[in-house]
Amino acid sequence: MANNLDTSSVTFVACQECDLLHRHATLPPKGVARCVRCGAFLYRQAPSDSNERALALALTACILFVIANIYPIFGLEVQGTHTSTTLFGAVESLWDDNSRAVATLVFFTTIFVPAAELIGLTWVLVVLRSGSQGWGAVPILHFIERVKPWGMVEVFLLGVLVSLVKLAHIAIIEPGMALFTFGALMVFIAASAASFDADAAWVQLEAVN
Amino acid sequence: MNPAPITARIGLLACEVCRLVSRAPSTGDVAHCPRCGAALHTRKPASLVRTWAFLIAAMILYVPANVLPIMDTSSLFGTQNDTILSGIAFLWTSGSYVLAMVVFFASVLVPLLKMIALAILAGSVQMGSVRYRRTRTRLYRLIEFAGRWSMLDIYVVTILVALVQVSTLASIHAGPGAAAFGAVVVLTMFSATSFDPRLIWDTQEEAS
Repeated sequence: MANNLDTSSVTFVACQECDLLHRHATLPPKGVARCVRCGAFLYRQAPSDSNERALALALTACILFVIANIYPIFGLEVQGTHTSTTLFGAVESLWDDNSRAVATLVFFTTIFVPAAELIGLTWVLVVLRSGSQGWGAVPILHFIERVKPWGMVEVFLLGVLVSLVKLAHIAIIEPGMALFTFGALMVFIAASAASFDADAAWVQLEAVN
Repeated sequence: MNPAPITARIGLLACEVCRLVSRAPSTGDVAHCPRCGAALHTRKPASLVRTWAFLIAAMILYVPANVLPIMDTSSLFGTQNDTILSGIAFLWTSGSYVLAMVVFFASVLVPLLKMIALAILAGSVQMGSVRYRRTRTRLYRLIEFAGRWSMLDIYVVTILVALVQVSTLASIHAGPGAAAFGAVVVLTMFSATSFDPRLIWDTQEEAS
């Protein structure tokens, strides 16, 4: 039986964690298919408007990203002296402080990867929406898939909260615009990634190309 | 029970990027996904060797990451070198118990448990173990998810350096431990992505 698989008429899904082959079945709305052997996520039945929603969320996240990076995260008031910093300013301080490896790591995980992921996802969604062949959608999706684990906005936000508490002992803290924007950004990045229906995107890209 | 259809065993290959299942080419050439063009492998290449290499490098760097100061503070009251553990002790003694536990969990426990877990996964596959396959697969899933939270202290140092460096009251600089600690996080993440969880189930196929 297993040797007579006809991949042209039936769609198969391989479990990415244990390599068990499953027949692609139609799921109820919002249904999720899991591997029968190891329990890994296989695929889901995304709502038909999920990529529209992902586009709206990604565009919002892009705007929030700009705001979060322009305004200071928070300010400090110590004996009349006021200091504040943006995320990029913090990376620059580290760089000037000769901690270049750490500065690069912070830049990569909190600025470069989230920005590239957001811009890339927005571009792919615009291409899909237009229904055209679009430039670069396939390599961009590859790239997003690859760098995804390295975007760490939510960890960064927890780091900001820890430093807030540490500094509250020695100084007066003035929360900045970016502090709240980062919180919102974290939610919107997660929401747009969760809405994005990658399976549908691949099928559509295949049909167009 | 009938042997389950394992993709690799019946001459099919699953794309790791777009997940399309396609027929493996009969020749020995490197296969590419017909839909997205990604290189196809039956299993991640040199999975165990790469996992061990990154893991051992991370284990070695875990020592300086914890021993060397990640932050040097100089103020009117003198100079202080904070390691990760002394930073946690400071949080605890100043009454921030929840925060002390969060930092301890993210910076000490998560990287340590992650390294132990990766060693167990790679070791058990190497020995051909068929026990607790489902639990081990779950462990792998957990490692992939939790590893990133170890970056927490790097971000704390970044913000403190930026804000306090210029102030007249004190100056804070990143210590050599910070680079070592960042390297541990990056190396354990590389180690986890190098590991192929499908190897856990391959051993079962031969045994049954």
